[in-house]
Amino acid sequence: MAVQAIGKRELTQRTAFSLLVLAVAIVVIPVVFIIAYIIANGAGAISWDFLTQPPSQAGKAGGIFPAIVGTLYLMLGALIFSLPVGVLAGIYLTEYARDNWLTRLINMAILNLAGVPSIVYGLFGLGLFVMTMKFGMSLLSASLTLACQALAMTITTSREAIITVPREYREGSLATGATKWQTIRHVVLPQALPGIITGAILAMSRAAGETAPILVVGAAFILPGLPGSPFDQFMALPYHLYTTAAHVPGMPKTTIWGIALVLLVVVLSFNSLAVFIRIRVRQRRFGS
Amino acid sequence: MSLNYALLNERTIPKNETKLKTEKVNLFYGAFQALRTISLDIPKQSITAIIGPSGCGKSSFLRLFNRMNDLIIGARVDGAVAIDDINIYDRDIDVVELRKRVGMVFQKPNPFPISVFENVAFGPRRHGRTRHSELADIVEHSLRQAALWDEVKDKLGQSALALSGGQQQRLCIARVLAVEPEVILMDEPCSALDPIATLKIEDLMRSLSDDYTIVIVTHNMQQAARVSDMAAFLMMEEDRAGTLVEYGPTSQLFTNPKDKRTEDYITGRFG
Repeated sequence: MAVQAIGKRELTQRTAFSLLVLAVAIVVIPVVFIIAYIIANGAGAISWDFLTQPPSQAGKAGGIFPAIVGTLYLMLGALIFSLPVGVLAGIYLTEYARDNWLTRLINMAILNLAGVPSIVYGLFGLGLFVMTMKFGMSLLSASLTLACQALAMTITTSREAIITVPREYREGSLATGATKWQTIRHVVLPQALPGIITGAILAMSRAAGETAPILVVGAAFILPGLPGSPFDQFMALPYHLYTTAAHVPGMPKTTIWGIALVLLVVVLSFNSLAVFIRIRVRQRRFGS
Repeated sequence: MSLNYALLNERTIPKNETKLKTEKVNLFYGAFQALRTISLDIPKQSITAIIGPSGCGKSSFLRLFNRMNDLIIGARVDGAVAIDDINIYDRDIDVVELRKRVGMVFQKPNPFPISVFENVAFGPRRHGRTRHSELADIVEHSLRQAALWDEVKDKLGQSALALSGGQQQRLCIARVLAVEPEVILMDEPCSALDPIATLKIEDLMRSLSDDYTIVIVTHNMQQAARVSDMAAFLMMEEDRAGTLVEYGPTSQLFTNPKDKRTEDYITGRFG
């Protein structure tokens, strides 16, 4: 009887464990497969020239250098515009805003901001930055558009990072006669910074992969060189991938997979950077 | 609980000059009354212990003196709390200036996750001292005062989190001393420490009480008996508001309490 009971428990245990393993496999296998597939098909296209030359013959020949640099510019631009606003908004919402209906409304709006389809951001950017503010179809307009989209994430991650700074630190600071702002500036922010940076990098790598918003605010199909100013049009990897794959007849498949591979490497390396920063900080905080 | 009365210090009753004073203080958190009509005078350059059962408002009472309760939304104080006869709840009081004069040490050691040096220099830096030589002097002086200098002088650049719990708490005391306060509030400063670290902090408190007015909240009856000159016993009333039951010289309160409830508490009949 007792033995039977143990057998049953064992069975439940094993079933649960198998289900968990299966769930993990369902998540992991497609990711591994996609990455392997892209590498297998695109690796052949990668060469020094492919990475450092401008495209020619509608992308069929030459390289993708302007698209790589354009994507990096976009990430940087989106970072410059969204990080300060995101951090300041995060500070305001956690440290200063009272808990009233307006604050709750703002919090809800921020959550919803993250769910707005990216093409809607594109049209918003087209209306506001390209036409109303007359920045034209440009790197600047696209950076601002992507920054708006990244805001939801930078505000949310900044808030979370700020909230998790223990109350003991704030009280310890205030108890020495530091002002509220000094406490935020010298105790809360340094503690929250790694979390904020991690969130910002993840938001940037997501922005790097966006196609729809930049499509309408300034991405160009083929440019011979790099944008000379923020008011110039630009190339970007996801848009280049889209046009070459969808609109260029006779486009070599290897080149398309090559573009995808480069985009993947850019995005994954920024994600890894975020993970790396988080691990480093955790070690420094708890190890030493 | 068996209280070792032999531990009681045969100290003279402190000088009469009053440093801190509360007059009919009521503290509310929203609709909840946390403290009711508490009046007491805390003498200068002495140690006053606040004792009482959990939840009786000891910490809330302590936090009146540096207005730390201000951080809690809905907190409201009426009556007067005075330092050197100036009501600190007056409208024109600068809370930042007040907290420079009234430092605080917390229950859990809370050094910042930065170097030992920067922890102590934190307050002076915020108050505009930036010259390194000046800061170095302040840091050394404060660490010596906190009886920590010899243990950390070779690791001023290391993270404060690498110190032991007792050292961290003395570092927090040094951090407060660096601002040159007049009053030091201590909220159960030894509750997270082992007995040896606790004794070190108690020795330190005794030596600091020559220059500073110290108010300590403690759960530990023997600690109150060992270190304090004056003792106040707080209790909850039926509606959970804390009130002052008895206040007087520690030796008197522990050996000859006037109130039956004080006697019951210190002899361990409840609490």
